[in-house]
Amino acid sequence: MLDRERVIRRMEAVLGPEGVISEREKLRTYECDGLASYRVIPSLVVLPETAEQVQRVVRICNEEGVPFVARGSGTGLSGGALPVEEGVLIVMSRMRRILEVDIPNQRVVVEPGVINLWVTEEVADAGYYYAPDPSSQLVCSIGGNVAENSGGAHCLKYGFTTNHVTGLEVVLPDGQMVHLGGKAPDTPGYDLVGAFVGSEGTLGIATKITLRIVRKPEAVRTLLAAFNSPDEAGGAVSGIIAAGIVPAAVEMMDSLSIEAVERGVRPGYPKGAGAILIVELDGPEAEVEHQFEQVERICRENDSFEIRIAQNDEERALMWKGRKAAFAAMGHMSPDYYVQDSVIPRTALPEVLRRMAELSAEYGLRVANVFHAGDGNLHPLVLYDEEKEGEAERAEELAGEILTLCLEHGGSITGEHGVGEDKKKHMPKMFTEDDLNVMQLLRCAFDPHYLCNPGKVFPTPRLCGEVPGPRRELHPVQKAGLAEIF
Amino acid sequence: MQRTLSPEDFRQVVGGEHVREAVPDDAVDGVVPSIVVEPGSVEEVSEVLKLASGAGLKVAPRGSGTKMELGNPPAGLDVILSTRRLNRIIEHAAGDLVAGVQAGVRLEDLQEELSGANQMLALDPPEAEGTVGGIVAADASGPRRLRYGTARDLLIGITVVLADGTVARAGGKVVKNVAGYDLSKLFTRSLGTLGVIVETIWRLHPVPFASGTVAAELEDAASAGAAVQSILHSSLVPGALELRWRGGRGRLAVLIEGVKPGVEAQSRAARELLGEHGEARILDESEEDELWSELLPMPWESGGIGLKIAGVPAGLPDVLESVERITGRYGFEPEISGHAGTGVTFVGLSGGDEDSRAAAIGELRRGVEERGGSLVLVQAPAELKRRVEVWGSTGDALQLMRRVKERFDPGYILNPGRFVGGI
Ligand SMILES: Cc1cc2nc3c(=O)[nH]c(=O)nc-3n(C[C@H](O)[C@H](O)[C@H](O)COP(=O)(O)OP(=O)(O)OC[C@H]3O[C@@H](n4cnc5c(N)ncnc54)[C@H](O)[C@@H]3O)c2cc1C
Repeated sequence: MLDRERVIRRMEAVLGPEGVISEREKLRTYECDGLASYRVIPSLVVLPETAEQVQRVVRICNEEGVPFVARGSGTGLSGGALPVEEGVLIVMSRMRRILEVDIPNQRVVVEPGVINLWVTEEVADAGYYYAPDPSSQLVCSIGGNVAENSGGAHCLKYGFTTNHVTGLEVVLPDGQMVHLGGKAPDTPGYDLVGAFVGSEGTLGIATKITLRIVRKPEAVRTLLAAFNSPDEAGGAVSGIIAAGIVPAAVEMMDSLSIEAVERGVRPGYPKGAGAILIVELDGPEAEVEHQFEQVERICRENDSFEIRIAQNDEERALMWKGRKAAFAAMGHMSPDYYVQDSVIPRTALPEVLRRMAELSAEYGLRVANVFHAGDGNLHPLVLYDEEKEGEAERAEELAGEILTLCLEHGGSITGEHGVGEDKKKHMPKMFTEDDLNVMQLLRCAFDPHYLCNPGKVFPTPRLCGEVPGPRRELHPVQKAGLAEIF
Repeated sequence: MQRTLSPEDFRQVVGGEHVREAVPDDAVDGVVPSIVVEPGSVEEVSEVLKLASGAGLKVAPRGSGTKMELGNPPAGLDVILSTRRLNRIIEHAAGDLVAGVQAGVRLEDLQEELSGANQMLALDPPEAEGTVGGIVAADASGPRRLRYGTARDLLIGITVVLADGTVARAGGKVVKNVAGYDLSKLFTRSLGTLGVIVETIWRLHPVPFASGTVAAELEDAASAGAAVQSILHSSLVPGALELRWRGGRGRLAVLIEGVKPGVEAQSRAARELLGEHGEARILDESEEDELWSELLPMPWESGGIGLKIAGVPAGLPDVLESVERITGRYGFEPEISGHAGTGVTFVGLSGGDEDSRAAAIGELRRGVEERGGSLVLVQAPAELKRRVEVWGSTGDALQLMRRVKERFDPGYILNPGRFVGGI
């Protein structure tokens, strides 16, 4: 059993009283992340300021046998930073220093609590930016981005977080510190940076992160095209890809989401559109000019009835404003909504959207679609009213059917939000038991005692056994019959 | 350890004609295996590995065999598991810019198939005859990594067979996907020590419509560094930035790819920038072919010594100077090339006795590692590899890497001894 008082004393000895939160009322602040439907109040919260403190905190957790969960800004949408009841929540919000800016080598080294947008702000004057741009970039942390392998609208061309992290300092679940990768490429040995990014806080705590920054493009051109239906918009997307163009971003919104943002931030999108596309090209001027004309033509050929071209940064910002505010604007349409993050091969788009409309009619629930059309990452929003008897359950069921539909077309259950707590039950729809067991071999190498963000990602926790060497005494989870030895 | 298996046991799994006794050419760093087995399906790979690991036999996966020299000499070798027959392109979804291929498909064959749709896998290692599985395992890359990244950035799904025969898949066939751990990255650069890669799924790119090359003659290391920096921090988006260097001077080539008007404008801009640091010009087509055929091969002969130094791009002048200074002191005249935009430099050494080779490499490595980089001995006679560790230091991460190895291949049957720290 957790000796809470002793753990608090030990943590305070490392962090001082101001670095430890233990009153229940204050702990409530941390009971959920961006997905508020899961809530757990942690036993205590600690706020380390240095990597060394993180290491000492994790060592104490080990010695006391207490599970722990890292938390960045708490904007995750899959319950990844959901606390463990009898556990410690390690919050990174006091580790917010940008440690090094190395323009000649196009690298920035940061602490995990640094906010995504700060990196770009730091290097903008030198003509650089940090490419992965989740819509939450004003608040989410780089540590959280690393854990989730976060994406953004511009990832179609520039890749995801994993393509922009070259080095990590990690406190392993047993308190040991390791340095993986660095500023230089091709570090000999396994690519554990690649394995760590996207591991959703289950392989340790990143305490220092080396990022690749990208030169600002010479030219950026953005257009907004309105179509009568998502089918036509989808046709235009296929046409753009078939023409050998790799846009910086291609985003689609359907009529319901357009209606929502018009009630909210009022971007003034074309009236009567069944779907709009935002297409952005960037790169060297001559290249962009040439391809932009092609994109415009392809949109017209696919029956776009109105095309607007951003003439300056303000107009571009307005086009994006509606798109970036889409989730938040759903509040204007419905008291509650359920966000999905499934991915499909781009070419399956028309068929999946049609079938989704049928499902929506069958369930009598509206589904709004706002998505990264270029890479097939859908964000269907199932609208419902919790006050109405049984509607929440129906909404979740419908969301599940949409997931299954996407998987039938060779897709994925999550493109950028992660599995976390929320989607682990769907993992067996995508992977076999062997697939999941083999993934967990990696977890066993990092966290053999199953203390680091336990219970996330995998539907069936597996204990690791000791390899090699003598077996330890039974793990509490195993004693309780909750997990099998693996 | 029991060794009671006979080739007959393997013949029962893969068919008689697909098992043969090994010949001296199958040796890896002088270690000759007993047999070569060529399974024709994922299931057969699984059965072969079950047999081998049950008997404690040491297995080396092999594709086209272009990289069998990479790594420390094997600590044991009984079976070569050839992926040659796993040579099917499973799917080319052109509209999705995705292709699924078995591990034994040769890169050049895949490229040919993809080119029908004006698409490509944006990997260009010097060995086009290498198989995709081998390229992933050895993390082979080429000049265009500057723009497109390396195998880790393009591989979106993988199927592997572990030493105990377990078949597992990770990732998928969509470009954007964060479900589960990214085993594609774990297996990239794992040199066959974690499992046998049997299938791979790739993100593709459109073939650029046009290309051009701008070359500059550089008279010293400082100008080489400055020239590279001037391109990197410009708004140009070069496909590659390649250097060839010898005797304190050399040539830098910038590959520009895109649409025709874009290539022309970027080429002019590149010439302008490079002109500040040396004589620079835009090449015509025939000169271009000649230049690239001179730039692309590794700067060493077969049988010679090849080093790969990975550092930061701004460290280029320092690398060029220290390579020439240090190896020069031991009597070498190094041949140097490199992906200058990404900090990768290749060094070829010929001649010299073993003592001076070992000493020069050791001294060079210390300097490189002190500056946060790495030096890998990518080609060398086995005797030298027994004296100079191939990979160099992995810092404080080695123990963790061992733990990973021990979970995936607890019996150390896959390519034992070849990888970092004797993994
Ligand atoms: C309005 C809104 C819009 C969003 N838009 C996008 C989008 O466009 N694209 C996208 O990909 N996501 C998006 N998200 C999701 C979310 O912002 C990202 O997942 C983000 O990366 C989470 O960062 P965070 O700091 O809030 O992490 P948290 O939610 O605090 O934690 C997320 C995970 O990271 C782990 N973690 C945190 N810090 C560390 C560390 N230092 N070391 C190891 N593990 C750590 C946690 O344990 C947890 O598992 C959006 C969220 C919201 C609310």
